[in-house]
Amino acid sequence: MFVAKIKVKLKSSVLDPQGQTVRKTLNEMGYDIIPDVRIGKYIEVQIDTKDRSEAEKIASEVSQKILVNSVIESQEIEVLEK
Amino acid sequence: MKVIVITFPGSNCDRDLGKAFQSSFGAKVEYLWHKERISGMPDWVLLPGGFSYGDYLRCGAMARFSPAMESLVEYHEKGGRVLGICNGFQILTEAGLLPGALIANKTLKYICKKVEIGSNYPGLEGNYKIPIAHGEGSYFASDNVLEEWEGEGRILVKYSQNPNGSLRDIAGICSVSRRVFGMMPHPERATLEHLGEMDGKIFLQRLVQLS
Repeated sequence: MFVAKIKVKLKSSVLDPQGQTVRKTLNEMGYDIIPDVRIGKYIEVQIDTKDRSEAEKIASEVSQKILVNSVIESQEIEVLEK
Repeated sequence: MKVIVITFPGSNCDRDLGKAFQSSFGAKVEYLWHKERISGMPDWVLLPGGFSYGDYLRCGAMARFSPAMESLVEYHEKGGRVLGICNGFQILTEAGLLPGALIANKTLKYICKKVEIGSNYPGLEGNYKIPIAHGEGSYFASDNVLEEWEGEGRILVKYSQNPNGSLRDIAGICSVSRRVFGMMPHPERATLEHLGEMDGKIFLQRLVQLS
């Protein structure tokens, strides 16, 4: 069994109002040291195989097909054996 | 006129949209569950507003893998015409039938109000007062797409006062084929006199008359 840990990030060209609101609050709390916050999502996908290369192939396939929208998002995938 | 309205789990404007076409054009309306496929060649296939699949993952992301959507691609290739409103527009972008994406409103608020939209699209020229109701209606696309769509006249409608942060005030666009239309405002909610606003009916009348 493998687990794919997929970090989905909004591309830098895409406005992130959620991140900006959190950044503003942090600045108001006194954290002037924080100039920017970007909020993304984290997805864990379990893949039932013994073959690492198959697990990696499936992880990148499902990211491309549905988990990530390449128009607005980019991803980092890490595949670990469970 | 024969139209098909595709209903996804979580669609909630399907009946409004069907009724609007029925009352405005005397259309024969068929409601198609997302597990079914489109048969024949209706004049229009309509994708309604709502929250298909609970808006999980991203708005419209899951709906595109339904049998109804697969058959919609074939229907479009055979020359069919498609209109997606609100969540329907989000589904069309996720399915790649229209470019770009709809992201969270700049204000982070769900906006439900009447807005003015304007069109320079041949046959649709004019201003219309039409309601919007969305949390994720801010249109985003790459600069190349925006340039091309604007240059080729494929922008359907723009907001007179941008409510949500949409790039270039875009409220709706059409495809290269000019047979797939997507918009965030709800013309079907402005088609009955007793509801106070009729601009949606005028807009839809002009849209269905486009060649």
